[in-house]
This record gives sequence, C-alpha cells and structure tokens, in this order.
Amino acid sequence: MTVELRVKEGWLTVCELSSLTPGRGVAALLPDGSQAAVFVDRAGRPYAIANQDPFTGAHVLSRGLVGTLSGRPFVASPLLKQRFDLESGRCLDHEEVAVRTYPVRTAATS
Amino acid sequence: MAAATPTPAIVLIGHGMVGQRYLEALAERGATATHRVTVLCEEPRPAYDRVHLTSYFSGSTPEDLSMVPDGFMAEHGIELHLDDPAESIDRDARTVTSRSGKVFPYDVLVLATGSYPFVPPVPGKDAPGCFVYRTIEDLLAIEEYAKTRTSGAVVGGGLLGLEAAGALQGLGLATRIVEFAPRLMPVQVDDGGGAALLRTIESMGLTVHTGVGTQEVVTGDDGSVCGMKLSDGSTVAADLVVFSAGVRPRDQLARAAGLTVGERGGIGVDARCRTSDPRVYAIGECALASDGRVYGLVAPGYEMAETAAEDLLGRDKEFTGADLSTKLKLLGVDVASFGDAHGATQGSLDVVYSDSRSGVYKKLVVSPDGVLLGGVLVGDADSYGLLRPLTGSVPPVTPEQLVLPAGLGAPVALGPSALPDTAVICSCHNVTKKAITACADLAEVKKCTKAGTGCGSCVKVIGQLLPSSADKGLCGCFPYTRAELYEIVRTRRLTSYEQLLDGHGRPEARGGEGCEVCKPAVGSIIASLAPTLGASGYVLDGEQAALQDTNDHFLANLQRNGSYSVVPRIPGGEITPDKLIVIGEVARDFGLYAKITGGQRIDLFGASVDQLPRIWARLVDAGFESGHAYGKALRTVKSCVGQTWCRYGVQDSVRMAIDLELRYRGLRAPHKLKSAVSGCARECAEAQSKDFGVIATAGGWNLYVGGNGGATPRHADLLAQDLSDAELVRLIDRFLMFYIRTAEQLERTSTWLDRMEGGLAHLRDVIVHDSLGLCAELESLMADHVSHYRDEWAETLEDPERLRRFVSFVNAPGAPDPTVKFVPERDQVKPDLSALTLLPVGGTR
Ligand code: SRM
Ligand SMILES: Cc1cc2nc3c(=O)[nH]c(=O)nc-3n(C[C@H](O)[C@H](O)[C@H](O)COP(=O)(O)OP(=O)(O)OC[C@H]3O[C@@H](n4cnc5c(N)ncnc54)[C@H](O)[C@@H]3O)c2cc1C
Ligand code: SF4
Ligand code: FES
Repeated sequence: MTVELRVKEGWLTVCELSSLTPGRGVAALLPDGSQAAVFVDRAGRPYAIANQDPFTGAHVLSRGLVGTLSGRPFVASPLLKQRFDLESGRCLDHEEVAVRTYPVRTAATS
Repeated sequence: MAAATPTPAIVLIGHGMVGQRYLEALAERGATATHRVTVLCEEPRPAYDRVHLTSYFSGSTPEDLSMVPDGFMAEHGIELHLDDPAESIDRDARTVTSRSGKVFPYDVLVLATGSYPFVPPVPGKDAPGCFVYRTIEDLLAIEEYAKTRTSGAVVGGGLLGLEAAGALQGLGLATRIVEFAPRLMPVQVDDGGGAALLRTIESMGLTVHTGVGTQEVVTGDDGSVCGMKLSDGSTVAADLVVFSAGVRPRDQLARAAGLTVGERGGIGVDARCRTSDPRVYAIGECALASDGRVYGLVAPGYEMAETAAEDLLGRDKEFTGADLSTKLKLLGVDVASFGDAHGATQGSLDVVYSDSRSGVYKKLVVSPDGVLLGGVLVGDADSYGLLRPLTGSVPPVTPEQLVLPAGLGAPVALGPSALPDTAVICSCHNVTKKAITACADLAEVKKCTKAGTGCGSCVKVIGQLLPSSADKGLCGCFPYTRAELYEIVRTRRLTSYEQLLDGHGRPEARGGEGCEVCKPAVGSIIASLAPTLGASGYVLDGEQAALQDTNDHFLANLQRNGSYSVVPRIPGGEITPDKLIVIGEVARDFGLYAKITGGQRIDLFGASVDQLPRIWARLVDAGFESGHAYGKALRTVKSCVGQTWCRYGVQDSVRMAIDLELRYRGLRAPHKLKSAVSGCARECAEAQSKDFGVIATAGGWNLYVGGNGGATPRHADLLAQDLSDAELVRLIDRFLMFYIRTAEQLERTSTWLDRMEGGLAHLRDVIVHDSLGLCAELESLMADHVSHYRDEWAETLEDPERLRRFVSFVNAPGAPDPTVKFVPERDQVKPDLSALTLLPVGGTR
C-alpha cells in the first residue's frame, strides 16, 4: 500500500504506508516547493496537513505528537504545543487559526 | 452486667483486627478507665492490618501495617501479652490460663480469635515448602523460601488465593492456581465474571486450572515439595505450595470450655454478641452470628466489636447480619460484588455488559420493578462506590446506562450527587453521605468518621463528594496520576502504551490515539522500567517511537527554526584537549554555532535532521556519548576542580562527579535531573541548587537533595552527612528511584519534595532508614539501569532501520529542508528567520 496525496497536479505518491509509524508523522516535499505533514493513526488511516507551524513559521508539524480529543485526531506542534485537528486543520487552541489540509488516500502498490 | 469487683476485669483473647477495634471502642466510650483490660495475643506482634497483608510484598513494612496507634496501650492502661496465647478457660473459676502458665481472672471475657486457614488433608501437605497465607510470619517464611525456588502453586482460586498467587508471581516464581470450582472467585462472581477474570489473569502470565482438585503434594528426594498431583490425573511442577482453600473459625478454646458452637463451626452468639455464657462474648471471624453465618470480612467484625462494647455498658445495640459487598484490586484487576450478586432473589433480572477484549464484565441484578438488588463488576469497578449505596432503591437512570462504558450509549450524568443523604458510602465504618459532606476534606473525613480508613474502596466517591475534589488524572486519557501509572506498568509488566491506554485509560479514551501529555510520560515510565521489564531500553524502538517528544525522537533538541542542537556528554566537565579539538572540528565542518553551556559542556546548534547521524558518527568515533540534553533524564553532574588542584579542596570532586554522571547517564525520569559535586564547603560547583548535590567534607561527602535553579529556585536540603563513597552512591540510587517511582510528570525533585507528606523527615525515613522496606528494590532497579545502559547514539548509528527517520522529507531523502537557513553573526551563524515567512493559512476550501 502507498500513501497518496492530492495536489494541483493530481495524486502524488508519498511513501509506503508501512514506512509510517502509527501516531507519528513524516514531511513530504510537494512539487510547488511547499511541505505537507503526513500522519497515520492506529487504525491505519492517513491524514495530511501543511507542515508549517503558523505560530513560529518553522516547518515542523510533522514532528509533533498525535492524540485524540473528543474522538478526533490531532497533532501538537513540537515547538509551542498548539494542537491542530488532523481532519479540518483547525487549531484547537486558537479557533481563528487553521492550517491547510490535503485529500489523502491509500492505494494498492502497482 | 453486674461488676463483681470494684474494678471489673476484661480479658480479651486474640489481638487481631477485630480485637483491636474492640479495644478502641472501649477507649472511645471511657470503659478503659473503669475496667482493667488485659489482652492475650498469640502472634509476636500487636494487631496489624491483615486486609492489606499483601502490601508487604509491595514495600509496606510490618510497622506500616500496625493498627495500634503509638502509645495507645499505655495511655489506656491496657496490658498486652505478646506471644502468649490463651490455652484454657475455666468458666467456673472465671480464669484464663495462658501458654506461659499465667492465670488471668476475668469478669468479662471476649473471644476474638479469628480463623485459621483450612488445609485439605492431602498427602504431603506438611512437607517443607507448604505454606498458608494468614500472618506476617507466613509471608516472611514464604519470602525466604521463595528466594531459592522457581515455581509455585496456590491451592484455591478465591479472593485470598488470587492475592497469594500475585504475591508468588511478584517473588519471581512461575505461578499456577488450582481451583476446585469451575471458575475463579466462586463466592463473589458468577460464571461471566469468572471468565473475564480468568482471561485477564492468564494474560498476566499465570497458569489457571479450574474444575480440578489437588490430590497429593509430591515431594522430591530431600523430602521437600516438588509438585502436585491433580484430580484430572496430571502432575504439575511446583517448588512451593500455598494452601488457600478457605478459613475455619478458631473455636477450639470455646468448645473445650463447653460454650455452644455451631454444627459447622463458629462460636454461637446472640444479637448482642454474647455466647451461651453471658459473661463471655465472641466477635469477629470466630463468631457464628445470630443470623447463622460466620463472617469472613472485617467490616462485620468491626460492627460486632462495637456491639459488644455497647452491650458491656448496658446500651442497646444489635448485630443481626451484614452486607457482604466487597471491592478488591487483585493483581491489578478490579473486582467487586455487592448485594444479591448471584440473582438469588425470586424473579430477579440480569443486565449484563461484557467485553472480553478488555476483560470487562459487569452484571446488575434488578427486580421486575427496577429496584437494584446487587451486581458483579470485573475489570472496571469504578462505579462500585455509587452502585452499592444505590442498592435497594430504583436508580435515577436505567440499568443499561449504569453498565455501559461512558462513550457507548447515552451519557450518564450520575454522580455521587445523585445519592440520597442516608446512603452508606463507607460500608467498613457505616458512614453516610451526610456525615461525609459535613467535613471539609478527606483528612477530616478520615479523622472524624473513620470513613476511608478500612478497605479504602470508598475513597474515590468520598473525594467526589467533597467540595474541593479535583480530578488528579494525568490528562484526558488517564484517570491516574503518573505515580499510579508507574505502578500499573510495573506490576502488570506492560511494555506497550496501547495496552495501557486500552486497558486502563478513561473509557472515552480507549482505542484512541492518546495525547501529547501522556505519551511522553508513559514513554518515560516504560523506558525507566525497561531493563526490569525485560523490554528494549532503546527509546525509539517499535511503538516507543511514537511516544517521544520530537527531541527524544531525533535524539537532539529542536530549535526555533526547525534545526537541532547537539550536546555530547562531558562527564564532570572534564575534557581532554583532543576531544575539545574534535568538537571544534565538527562544529567547523558542519557549520554549527558553538557555545559553552551553563552545565559545563558544549552545545552545537543549527544541525539539520539529515546531518545528525553524520555529526554523531564523528563524535561517537572520538569517544563521545549522548548528553541527553533532549531527554527528561540525567543532564550534567557539574564539578569544581577539587582537591587535586585547589588549595582548599578536601576530596576529589571531579572523580566523584564523573563517577556519578556515568552511573546515572541515560536514566529516564519524570523531569530532568541535575547534579554537582563541590570539593569543599566553598561550593564552587553550586551543588545546593541541584536535584542531588554533593559537597566534600573532611570525613566524606554530604548529600543535598531537592535543589533547583530555574524559575522557582530552591536550596537543596541536607539529607545525610559524612558518607563514604559507597554510602553516598547507595543513597543517591534510592533517592532517584524513589523519585522516579512516585513523582508526577514534569515535577522536579524540588516540587516533589515540597509536596511530600512528612517532607524531608519522611524522605529520610524512606531512603536512609528504609521505613517502607523499599530500599532493596530501589537499589535493584538502579542496578538494572546501570547494567543495561547503552549509548543511544551509538546504538542508532549501528542500525540502518533506526537511521531511516533522519531525513527531512520522506519522498526526497537526501534533500535538505530549504527553509532551514542561517546568516552570520559574531563569526558564527544564527537562524535566518526571514526564511520562515508564513505561507497563507486557511482551511481546505
Ligand atoms: C543550553 C543551556 C543554556 C546555555 O546556553 O547555557 C540551556 C538551554 C535550555 N534550557 Fe536550561 N539550559 C542550560 C542550563 C540550565 C541551568 C543551569 C544548570 O544546569 O546548571 C538551569 C537552572 C538549573 C536547574 O535546572 O535547576 C536551567 C533551567 C532551565 C529550565 C527551568 C527548570 C525549572 O525547574 O524551573 C528550563 C525549562 C524546563 O526544563 O521545563 C530549561 C530549558 C531549557 C531548554 C531545553 C528549553 C527548551 O525546551 O528548548 C533549552 C534548550 C537547550 C538546547 O536546545 O540545547 N532550562 N537551564 C544550558 C544547558 C546545560 C547543559 O549542558 O545541559
Ligand atoms: C491476605 C488477606 C486478605 C484479606 N482481605 C480482606 C478484604 O479485602 N476485605 C475484608 O473485609 N477482609 C479481608 N480479609 C479478612 C480479614 O483479615 C479478617 O476478616 C479479619 O482479620 C478478622 O479479624 P479478627 O480479629 O476476627 O481475626 P484475626 O485478624 O485473624 O485475629 C485473630 C487473632 O487472634 C489470635 N488468636 C487466636 N487464638 C488465640 C488464642 N488462643 N490466644 C491468643 N490469641 C489468639 C490470632 O493469632 C490472631 O492474631 C483478608 C484476610 C487475609 C489473610
Ligand atoms: S568548592 Fe572548594 S575545592 Fe572546589 S574549587 Fe571551590 S574552593 Fe576549591
Ligand atoms: S468502605 Fe472500606 S474504608 Fe470505606
């Protein structure tokens, strides 16, 4: 299985699903030079949001810890610990802040 | 009761839990002033808490278990004869003769002789290696015998049998349980509960045989136990056998004195606890109550003690029977049963919830018109404190809602506030909700009502009833403090966060991802116990990798622009010129910013994720190890130059600092740990601001603990003086392990010590005087740590799998992160923050 992310150009293969550690993220470099943070949860479900932490500007969200709040998955920034919903990109600690999310899917390795 | 002499004499036979309660009841009512009280005690020590006997194996000392307040006997003029059991009673002469030949006249005689463990009459039952489980002496003997053995068996899978089995396993024996009935705990739980219990207990590595009897204890050539023959024809290995097949009332003395005893044993008493001789009372487990039952629990015994004391003073009180509700934590599994647990009431209905994955089974018994009659809870007995007082009434919500875990089905807003004022919250001491809510805090409740001082199962609900009650759980995922989680991980030998979350998390958090608070906390607990649990100590293996903060994840400290810093260990601050040169070369070759830290070592800043392995390959090659600047772990042990060079120095502070730093390197803790060693009282190393600081004296070393710099500085307290090298190390071993075991997450030793009940004096008792009997275990945990230490960076470099994570991009390994940029400053570099301009943010739309 591979993890694929939809960008302007279409579905982009990022990595093998098996190379992701559940509860942990990785960063992916996108064709336009921007970065996505890709995660997989315990159930094997993938998520993708922007890698840039809007509070510091550093590209580090992929290095945060994943958790669940009220049944929804989030990542906590490793710098100043603000949490972001992995499905909507909304910041759970400052409701006016959000990061972009990417459609993501797993596909059988061809 | 007419007094025959001016100061009537009371003789109490048996100083167990109930006997002591009787003495307290007398004292509280002023009866010790008007009576001469003598106690004959068979055991070599005064009354102790038999209910918590097993806690001896988790560190309680016999002194901790004592139930007799200091000075109690002297204050109330009570004469206590230890190790001198009563041998006969002469009811005509009204005297008791003890084994030592003393004769005690009485006006009132009270029998509180308890029970003895029943040992089935199988061949071999008296062979060396066979034990019972009733007294502190039994436990001491088991502990001693187990030292040289490897396997054990417990005959009897009831409440005590399971406790004994847990104890044997804790002593390192491969343990099996043999139960004659078709399920475990046949008295308390039903088949469904027994099945849930069985699964959980087997998953803990115990072997369980149900539905089979023990036919023979097999002995080896030397005559001692080596196995057991079971009724199904099989033979199993066991070097040690504990019989826990029920108890029998100790009524021999009464029987010999011609008092009425029950057909199946027990000294017959009326509702006022008098035997067939009105001058003689019987209370506790030895008595056959007026409802025809012998009670094997402490709460009914206490009630009998109160009854007998009231009756002595001519007051009306009757004991006609008691509730058999119990809540226990056996081997870490919650088990509770209350009321009509087996649904014996005509027409009663069951509501059952069972989840075999998590080992949870709950059954409520209700009458057709909705009255709660009783129930069984296995695996999750949180609601016991609420359900028991509701027994006999129609609960405010449906029974389904009471058994479903939160998160499934409709939310239940049933708190203790739903209970009526008259509900009995503490059944050990018969205390109502009303009496509890009249108190300000738990301490007052315990003092004024005694609630919570018995089995302790009501403490949680009491906490919820009190105004200031706060949820002490670590986070939204766990209802436990870090110290409690540590105990769960340690005793259940869990090495997986998911297992812990799914088995012990708040119901709503089970099956989820956890959170950023508990993951590193649990990661640290598992890491610090790893050598003892036999798990991998490497913090990044398997699931552990997902628990660590990014610093631990990359074994480096994350900086504001996404780059990392590198801090090699420089023990004691001592460094050779060659090593200093290597650090300089590495900094130069990788373009890193170099700075001497406040911890007497060198920090190299500005490394990208991809550079870390290459930087460390150079450092490891030159003999450096990880400095754990990224971990909640030992940081530095600073030193002053000391005796070797300094004209004032009285000991070699550098050598000691190096020894300590190497001993404790890599030790994971609730917060970072710092230390320093000064060579004399001038204290150039600032040891008194450290978690553990050492200052040289002419006679050895002084040890200071609980110091802190940082936001809330605290001077360390002097724990012990003039220690030898070995004594110093031993005390620090104990101190650190006690801290790791009992502190909360992110609690430095300073705040931990400030919070500790009894403060420094208590810490000294535990660490120096071993008042909890914990020290041997603490030392062995530390020995495990020391012997299993491996440098994390060296281990990482050896393993290509582990190195795979050190890439900036999963889909472009080798490509550096273009946003991590630097600009020059003072001949070195600093982060170029202008490279971090925020990209537009927004949702998906
Ligand atoms: C590098 C250093 C400053 C320096 O340039 O000298 C430093 C740097 C940091 N300190 Fe410190 N502290 C450094 C010595 C100290 C000292 C002095 C000492 O150790 O003798 C103290 C006061 C002593 C103490 O801890 O009691 C100190 C008290 C703190 C505190 C406050 C702790 C407290 O209990 O209040 C924090 C915050 C925390 O840990 O929660 C902190 C946290 C930090 C962190 C880890 C902040 C962070 O989370 O990013 C800094 C990052 C270091 C990095 O990225 O490499 N640092 N920090 C020093 C590293 C020493 C070393 O070699 O390991
Ligand atoms: C491991 C264990 C766990 C338990 N857990 C629980 C629990 O969770 N909940 C609960 O309610 N109950 C529990 N119990 C039962 C509880 O301990 C007893 O119900 C309680 O101790 C009974 O008190 P007692 O004073 O009647 O008897 P005991 O505490 O047994 O005291 C009787 C004393 O009398 C002495 N004695 C006997 N004959 C003589 C004599 N001739 N002269 C002088 N002294 C004599 C005995 O040596 C003994 O010290 C547990 C028991 C054990 C062993
Ligand atoms: S603490 Fe004492 S021995 Fe150490 S450097 Fe200072 S004066 Fe010298
Ligand atoms: S119910 Fe046992 S102490 Fe309260």
